[in-house]
Amino acid sequence: MISNWPCPQVGGGYGDELAIVLGEARPHRVLIVAPLFDEANKLRRLLVEVMRRLDGAGVGAMLPDMPGVNESLAPLAEQTLAGWQHAAAVAASHFAATHVLAVRSAALIAPQLPGWHYAPLAGSAVLRQLLRARIVAAREAGREETSEALTRAAEREGIELGGYPLGAALFGELLTAVPDDAAAARALAHTDIGGTAPWLRAEPGFSAEQADALAATLVMELRA
Amino acid sequence: MHHHSADHQEHDSAALDPMLRAILTDVLGLKPGQAAAFTPQTELFGALPELDSMAVAGLLTEIEDRAGIIVEDDEVDGELLETYGSLLAFVRAKRAGA
Repeated sequence: MISNWPCPQVGGGYGDELAIVLGEARPHRVLIVAPLFDEANKLRRLLVEVMRRLDGAGVGAMLPDMPGVNESLAPLAEQTLAGWQHAAAVAASHFAATHVLAVRSAALIAPQLPGWHYAPLAGSAVLRQLLRARIVAAREAGREETSEALTRAAEREGIELGGYPLGAALFGELLTAVPDDAAAARALAHTDIGGTAPWLRAEPGFSAEQADALAATLVMELRA
Repeated sequence: MHHHSADHQEHDSAALDPMLRAILTDVLGLKPGQAAAFTPQTELFGALPELDSMAVAGLLTEIEDRAGIIVEDDEVDGELLETYGSLLAFVRAKRAGA
């Protein structure tokens, strides 16, 4: 089911963003925070399939759009990591989430709830990947770019990476952001789920076995 | 990974080939066994449409993590990923120098 949630906007006030919501009245409600940037596309189907399995096992789940992401009309270039952290916390509160499943870079913006940080990674690793993709594309086009020069420019005026316009503030925050080791959520390694890491696939795909494994891990721990 | 005996390095070098095929299988979503048919002449970048710049970046990062090497910006060019053989030779050379 698609519903709206009141999301804090840059500059104040609230605006509606979309969320997929299944089983919102269940005793356990897991807020799912999708990874940032291109990995969100690669994992969306998997995450929705996990939600269906959770729903089937009597566990509620919601997958809200963060501002500037997916169907959101808010400009991505104006978003910050701090803004997304706030938005995720507001979403958790709006949906009265009892747990969080933050995937990959989403661990950098996850609200303080018990649950899981699935294969978390540092902001610098996110940027390294995006910068490298840009350098590869530039070289194909006959232009020479370096991470150092791009980083210096990005810290000053923002940068477009992989088709995503990132503001200078967001870029600067990502340079130093690391997943919170002291978080109430536990790190869940991909080796515990098994199979090809879905964020590695060049083409978005979906593995029913991985959705089963991820949902089963969550349900077993919720009922322990 | 600070110390490697000669034996250990030899073993590592032999293991790089299957490891590289496994990474390509993951990144390109190949069917199990498909990468086993790769020869040194098998074309990669340019021949495989799914290997776009974002996929190349992911591929290199995964190779860095699993092979314990660092790939510099200026080492990433079309030749490196032209064929399976050129990629394997690059990773072997980096590994020997790591």
